[in-house]
Parts: sequence; structure tokens; C-alpha cells
Amino acid sequence: MTEQVKVLTSRWGDNRAHEIDRFTKLDGYASLDAAFAKGPEDLVQLIKDSGLRGRGGAGFPTGMKWGFLAKGTGKPTYLVVNADESEPGTFKDMELLERDPHALVEGVIVSSYAIGCRTAFIYLRGECGWPGRRLQAAIDAAYDRRLLGRDIKGSGFDLDLVLHRGAGAYICGEETALLSSLEGQRGQPKLRPPFPAVEGLYRAPTTVNNVETIATVPWIMRKGVDWFRSMGSEKSPGPKLFSVSGDVSNPGNFEFPLGVPAREVIMGAAGGMLDGKALKAWTPGGSSTPMLTGDHLDTPMDFEGIQAAGSLLGTAAVMVLSEDVCVVRACLNFTEFYAHESCGKCTPCREGTDWMRKILGRLETGQGRPDDMDTLADICDSIFGRSFCALGDGATSPIVSALKFFRDEFNEHVSGGGCPFPGARVAVGAH
Amino acid sequence: MPLSDQTLTRAEELIARYPQPRSALLPILFLLQAEDGYVSPAGVAQAAQLLGLTKAEVGAVATFYTMFRRRPVGKYLVSVCKTLPCQLRGSREIAAAVAERLEVPLGGTDASGMVTVEEVECLAACDGAPVVQVNTENYERLTTEEALALLEALLRDEVPPPTFAADGSVTEPSTAGLHWRLAGLGDPPAALAGTAAASASTADDEGPGFQGGAPVDQGSGEGR
Repeated sequence: MTEQVKVLTSRWGDNRAHEIDRFTKLDGYASLDAAFAKGPEDLVQLIKDSGLRGRGGAGFPTGMKWGFLAKGTGKPTYLVVNADESEPGTFKDMELLERDPHALVEGVIVSSYAIGCRTAFIYLRGECGWPGRRLQAAIDAAYDRRLLGRDIKGSGFDLDLVLHRGAGAYICGEETALLSSLEGQRGQPKLRPPFPAVEGLYRAPTTVNNVETIATVPWIMRKGVDWFRSMGSEKSPGPKLFSVSGDVSNPGNFEFPLGVPAREVIMGAAGGMLDGKALKAWTPGGSSTPMLTGDHLDTPMDFEGIQAAGSLLGTAAVMVLSEDVCVVRACLNFTEFYAHESCGKCTPCREGTDWMRKILGRLETGQGRPDDMDTLADICDSIFGRSFCALGDGATSPIVSALKFFRDEFNEHVSGGGCPFPGARVAVGAH
Repeated sequence: MPLSDQTLTRAEELIARYPQPRSALLPILFLLQAEDGYVSPAGVAQAAQLLGLTKAEVGAVATFYTMFRRRPVGKYLVSVCKTLPCQLRGSREIAAAVAERLEVPLGGTDASGMVTVEEVECLAACDGAPVVQVNTENYERLTTEEALALLEALLRDEVPPPTFAADGSVTEPSTAGLHWRLAGLGDPPAALAGTAAASASTADDEGPGFQGGAPVDQGSGEGR
């Protein structure tokens, strides 16, 4: 049995933690003294040693990412926090900002100090009212207490922090698209290399890190590498937020050490299946990660464990589907999402997602053809690894995995002249 | 009508906030939308002038993002999540019922100009499914009946408290105020608590699109 931990969620139960005085009483901003007592290089090394991996989906080692930042370019270095949370099923960063917004501000300050950033940005989804209000209030309060601005706590370190709102585009969660958007352009991804660490925002060295990643940094600076590594596994250390939604009794965010078995997250913390239904499929990390089934419930939820099971940890957004959910409809719903959110820059993703949407739609409404499953697999093959960014790859995940585990159900849609789930709970819907 | 002289000063404040002026484009588009109810052709021209861009460059950006509107939006924007966890709990029925009550297609604004209804993708609150937003504030776990009751209140120009009101969540009293806040200028001026949009409209994709050199998108209907 793996116990839930209280690190990132430690202040969530306190309904005044968003106020700066309360936050400070709860050890908030305590990492600043610990950080300023060390040199920036030592802090980057500390994060490298901790093994912290990015919490935004890719799991890239954070300290290594910081280490790639180009030095001596004569240009400023920028930290940009990716708060554009919009991977279907993911709702951890928004709750963190609602419950404990100063945790991110604190993380931005110490991370900026470590990498030599003097102007940091938070790129926040436009559609999230309350988290945005909370975060802006936290930033304003930090300026009032001179925790932002000039000569923070007498350290000689200056930092400005700008909250910037997105305007409705999932693709802006992709780091180069995010930077394009922050520069006032269409939010389309750019070719890498050059990587943002060399030429990012305004063609200056830039690191883009997820909210949860940056909010984890102060804990490591204050409590050390050994403490951090006491949770999780060798390659995936530390605590992690898991967002559980769908057909469970108690959906919500739960904090576990990485490596917790999926069963304990879904059947334990999230209360098990809604109305005692049987589990059919679940995503380990949002719609862009291949679905798994009830056979995979003992998989450890860390980067290696989920990969070994044939999927990806992604954002650790666990969407749970019960036996009465039509998997074709579920794929159609996700594919509508990708067709809508494809930025249009590259052909495989722009055209492919729309073709898949049409084919899934006709399967669902009884117009399916016997070769549609092969066509879907073929389109996925033409998108995966051939689109400009990971959005296209992600679009293939639900379909490829559904064909792998539930191909018979697709066939039934053809042989039976439509969806065998009369009361299926996902609407067929074109926009 | 584009920005007044008073608001222009605020736009310049936004430009000064960034190392490079063009970064202020999204905030300025929100500011224009706060004043006009949508990104108007005149607004596109003004943003272009402020930032030294062409109207085509500004239009290309404005059409990319779903939150920039091409027709006046109602005083209250009702956004219903359509992504899987919400659909599993009945969000599609809610969206359909709201649109039917307003007698508009999804994306449309009712005849009084009070309420615009739209379906949107994942709103990052999946544990609260089905999620409905009013001016980007969450109303979670609603039944269709509760969503219709919320709608009736909005049509009477009343704003029921959002789900997390006890924790400090507040619904912006108008889309104009919301867009002002999204521009990054803090609390909106009292005047922007605002009135309903001047006229009713059909779905956004049937709008006139941007004029004056800006490209009209390809009619996906999603504002991209």
C-alpha cells in the first residue's frame, strides 16, 4: 500500500494559504534564504542531483534542461512557466494555482535565481478565471513585500514577473508554440534546433517549465536531494500530482510518490469504479497517451513503468472509462479535439486528424466500411513521427491503442451497421 | 469603435511591460474586445498602428485564437466543456438544452444580446464534470435542469455564485470586464460592468470576419 504524500498539496487544505501572510507562516518563501545562500551553479547542480523530471508531460530532467541554457550570449536569459494546462483530463496545475498560488511564485523566484533570469513570464490559459485572479493577486502581494522587483531580500538579485494570458489554443502548451504566442505571433511550433535553451523567447536563451515542476523546486532547495529521492524511484524520483476523472466515485487530484501502482490511484484514492461498473480502459496521462486496460492496473505509475506497459506517463491525467463507454465514440471525442486544436502548420496533422474524425464518425453512425480500421491505422502511421510537433503523435494514441485492445468493437460497428451501445454516453457530434 | 484616448494610455502601459512591443498584441486584442465586444476591423487597424504591424499581421493572429471573437459577444458567455470526462456526465445535453432555450445554434447569442453559448474543449477541471463556465468562472457538476436555471438567472441579468464562491471564486459581471482582466490590467473600470451586446447574432463562423486586409479563416467555425 502506497501512502498519499503531502508536499505540493500540503497547503491545499488551508483555505487562507493563498494569502501571503498565511503562506509565509506555512513555511512559504522559506526556500529563498536557502537559495540565496548558495551560488546559482550550485542550485542547478542540486536540481540535477535531485533527478527532478518535468511534470508537463515529457519528463525531461529539469536540471539538465537548465544546464543547456547558453551562457555568455550577451542576451538575457528567460524563464517561462507553462501554465497553459489543457491536455484533456489534466487539471492539476489549475488547482495548484487556486489553492496555493504563492507556491508557484516562490518557485519562479528561486528558479530564476538559479538560471540567472531577470524577467520571468507565466503563460496562463485564458479560460481559467479563478486561478488567474489568484495568481495575479499573489504576484501583486509578492511585489508589495519586495519578494519581486529589485534587490530581493537584500540579495542583490532583481526579478520581474509578468503574468500573460493565452487566448484559447491547446497547441500553445507546446513550448515553441508557447514562445511564438508570447511574442505576439500565431501559436505555431517552430523547428528545433535551435532549441529554446539557445534561441527561445526573443531569440535569447530560454527555459520553459511546467507549473508543477517549478512549484516542486523550492521543496528540493529547502529539504534537499535525499529527502526528495526518498520518494519515487531511482529514475523517477519525488512526489507527483495525479488527476483522476471519468467513471470513478471520487474524481480529483491526488499526490503520490511516482511509481505508485495505478490500482491504488484508481481503485483506492479515486474511490474505485462509479456504480460498481467494470473498468474498460484508462489513460495514464491524458488523451495523448495510449489507453491501457484493466490488465495494466498493477503498472507502477512512473515514466519507465508506464512506458514498459506501452504507454506514456504524460501529465498523469488518469481518465477512467467503464464498460458502457463506446470506445469508438471515445476516440471520436478525442479526435474532434485534435482536429480542432491542430494548428494547421503541417499536412499530416491538419489533414490526418480531420480524416480520422470523419471515419470515426461514419463508423459510429453505421456508414463504416470493412477496411476503415486499416485506413485508420494507416493514417495514424502517416501522422506518427511525421508531423511537425507532438500534437500529431498524440492524436494517434487513442486510436492506435483502441485498435490494439478493442478491434472487435470497431468491427461490430461495421457488421452491426452502427454503434452497439444504444445508450452510449458520449455524443456523436460534429461541430 | 476603437480604443478611447483613456484606454490608449493603458495599451501603452501594456506595451511597456514587455521587452519587445509585439508581445503586447494578445493583451491589446483583449483590451479592444473589452471595449467593442469583439475584435472589430477598426480594432485590428488600431492594434496594427499601435505596434507598427500590418492589419494582415494582426488579423492573422486574431483569427488563430478561439477567445478572440469576430462578432459581438453577449454580456454573459456560457461555455460548456465537450471533452470526454464532461461528456460522460452529460455536458452535450446541457449544451443542446441551453442553445435550444436561447433559440440559437452553438456559438450564437440570444436575441436580447445577453447570453452567448458555446461548446469548448477541456477546461482543466475534469473532476468537476460536467463543467459549465460563465465568463470563465466554473459551475461544476450541474444537471441539465441546474444549468437551465443558471441560464434563466443570467437572462434576468443575475449572476448566481460559482461553485467555489466560498473559497473566493467570483464571476466577472460582464464579458467586457472579463476581457479587460485578461488584458492584464487588473480590476476593470466600473463602466465595463457593461450592457448587453447591441444585436443578436448567429454562430460566430457566420460572422463577417475581419476586413481591411486581414485574412478570413477557412470557415472551420472554430475561430482559428
